[in-house]
Amino acid sequence: MTQTTHTAIADQVDDSHHPQSFISKYIWSQDHKVIAIQYSITAIGVGLVALVLSGMMRLQLGFPDQFSFIDPSSYLQFVTMHGMIMVIYLLTALLLGGFGNYLIPLMIGARDMVFPYLNMLSYWTYLLAVIVLLASFFVSGGPTGAGWTLYPPQAILNGTPGADNGIVFMLISLAIFIVAFTMGGLNYVTTILQARAKGMTLMRMPLTVWGIFVATILGLLAFPALLVSAIMMLFDKLVGTSFFMPAILSLGENIDYKGGSPILFQHLFWFFGHPEVYIVALPAFGMVSDVIATHARKNIFGYRMMVWAIIAIGGLSFVVWAHHMYVSGMNPYFGFFFATTTLIIAVPTAIKVYNWLLTLWQGNIHLTIPMLFAIGFIFTFTHGGLTGLMLGNVVVDLPLSDTYFVVAHFHMVMGVSPVMVLFAAIYHWFPKVSGKFLHTGLGKVHFWGTFLGTYAIYLPMHYLGFLGVPRRYYAMGTTDFIPESAQALNASITISAIIVGVIQLVFVFNVIWSVFKGKKAGDNPWNSTTLEWQTSQTPPVHGNWGPSLPVVHRWAYDFSVPGVKDDFIPQNVHPDQVIMLEKEDGAEMVKGAENEEGMQNNKSGDIT
Amino acid sequence: MASNEDKPMEDKAWQGVVKDWSEDKETFNMPWGKLMMWFFLLSDTFIFSIFLTSYMNVRMSTTNDWPNVSEIFSLVIAGHHIPLILIAIMTFILITSSGTMAMAVNFAYRGDRKKTVILMVITALLGASFVGMQAFEWTKLIVEEGIRPWGNPLGASQFGASFFMITGFHGLHVTGGVIFISVIAKRVHQGVYEKRGYSIVEITGLYWHFVDLVWVFIFALFYLW
Repeated sequence: MTQTTHTAIADQVDDSHHPQSFISKYIWSQDHKVIAIQYSITAIGVGLVALVLSGMMRLQLGFPDQFSFIDPSSYLQFVTMHGMIMVIYLLTALLLGGFGNYLIPLMIGARDMVFPYLNMLSYWTYLLAVIVLLASFFVSGGPTGAGWTLYPPQAILNGTPGADNGIVFMLISLAIFIVAFTMGGLNYVTTILQARAKGMTLMRMPLTVWGIFVATILGLLAFPALLVSAIMMLFDKLVGTSFFMPAILSLGENIDYKGGSPILFQHLFWFFGHPEVYIVALPAFGMVSDVIATHARKNIFGYRMMVWAIIAIGGLSFVVWAHHMYVSGMNPYFGFFFATTTLIIAVPTAIKVYNWLLTLWQGNIHLTIPMLFAIGFIFTFTHGGLTGLMLGNVVVDLPLSDTYFVVAHFHMVMGVSPVMVLFAAIYHWFPKVSGKFLHTGLGKVHFWGTFLGTYAIYLPMHYLGFLGVPRRYYAMGTTDFIPESAQALNASITISAIIVGVIQLVFVFNVIWSVFKGKKAGDNPWNSTTLEWQTSQTPPVHGNWGPSLPVVHRWAYDFSVPGVKDDFIPQNVHPDQVIMLEKEDGAEMVKGAENEEGMQNNKSGDIT
Repeated sequence: MASNEDKPMEDKAWQGVVKDWSEDKETFNMPWGKLMMWFFLLSDTFIFSIFLTSYMNVRMSTTNDWPNVSEIFSLVIAGHHIPLILIAIMTFILITSSGTMAMAVNFAYRGDRKKTVILMVITALLGASFVGMQAFEWTKLIVEEGIRPWGNPLGASQFGASFFMITGFHGLHVTGGVIFISVIAKRVHQGVYEKRGYSIVEITGLYWHFVDLVWVFIFALFYLW
């Protein structure tokens, strides 16, 4: 297997330079764990900005004309920035840049990413993208208000808020983000394929790594579409080309554009936009699988099926994009094709949901905070997924398109659901990152507030959608078809949203408090099997594993194996080292039991 | 799954393939940098594909006539109108440079530093001359024909927009490649890779061949169609 020109990572001695000074350790750090924390803090920080923006939108919708600081332009700007920040700068960055960076090397038994310097560049480039994005709040005209889809021609024409400067900042920021993502993503893929510890076959990897792996490949193939469309729209805006701009008559005057294709932008945007949904969802699928298996003390049901489902969803996600465009005026036969592929995606997705349920089935369920969030995710994801099936059909989508039904659907399925998993993951892995538990009581308040609160927000939105309330409207005014009671529903949604927003502060407080005063956690507080819990120090030091890398002997889900003393066997435990139960009459021992020498070397003495 | 080793997986041939491929440590028998370059090129392929698809799309959507490319891309040499002559030379140069790069990789693995450096320098010079001719071509289009990204006296404005954007993006790739090759050639000359191995020359070569391959598609879709 080895070639003379290079050495596999498992055979290398630990010759990493351990940085000493504060700056090289925590600022210009090349350690994947520090970079992960930098990514996470930046993403959560900018996510809080987007949360405040959504609160402002809800204030306007719930109590129209009560707040003088929200005018129609700023409302559109809040909508746009909220959407873009949440999807790209929070979810993508936190799931891949944050959790991907932290977990990949630890879970596959590597010392770091394969190119740590590139990894560091990835974070600083991402930070630059965030700064450019936030700078657009302060340019004249404010940020763009074109909606997060940025559809031309309106995105760059007068009349749309931020059409002068905001849109330029947005497009440049997106381009920078894509460069940052590419540098990180190439690292993740290469690390997973080439730097696994001895014994860690692909089919022994935890599902978290599988999810991040496939999501990263999706990102590497889907972001180019966004990059190219951003470049072309920048040219349309700054140079005066007409890629996306048809001939337009504005206020009785012909604008200097001719012959471009606005629908081209929609195709390009959604060729990126739909895989983006799965770039967010697949890592969440993976992480929730690991959380559920660990806290239910059971192996994940149908591991192979789970892996193939992730791969199938990833592949299918590239052939469904036009279901976002049923009302765009494209050829109706397209709608038929894309509705079919969209509904086919439900098959692997349903397999995953059933497998989570079957993992819980008769498991020894511990209702820890991560588990509560994981189970909450199954609820929100199933609800969001089912409305997705409805919207995937052309005839159902046409009347519901651009109503609050769509808003409720995608917030349930790709807003709330990944966020539930992110919270599960943060509560689950925080003891490894910081060495402390997050506070359980505050965690329960956070979970129930968030879980019930999101239902109070998004269930009524489905009804608003059925009534025909359009999305992105600043105020409804009076109409013939929408009853006045819809306004009462809107007010109740707003109150729920503000409560949910405030409850997130409990979480922020919990994190800060627990870093200093939290209950100490050991190396493996959840009795988990995967490699990141088997490090000798918590939090793991630079280089992760000390003098020698771990060797993997089993898959990631040896929970509650019959005949074994503990209800978990870590991946790096040799078959000879497994501690068995006292032998009972006729009870058959699993492998390793007959090896007397191996048994005696065990630390504990209670063996046959 | 718990007893992974015990389960015979040779039931079906494709399962054996999957098992081989998913064995531990390294999935592909190649250095990290090379695999990373492959993935980068895969991503870059999508960028160029989308550029070219967009070009075809606006060529269909535009309401004005597309200019006659065999007239635009022709030079007058010794009183004769020769269509596509410049682009033929440019293509020839770029493909020749792929050949010299491949030879450089060969000599690098043989450990012949001197020949490697010479061939890489030739490759870089050929690449630079390609960019130079592209500058000449752009100048001719802009100054003589009056074609701009936002307008075109000969027909559809999307012609200039797509042409300058796509060949410009490709030209940036070539320029980057010339810099990349020069830096690596200098380091080969200094003997930096004596211990680490010469896979970096091959990685550089992968990038360079990719840039050439992309040019073939741009050539076919822009100049011949």
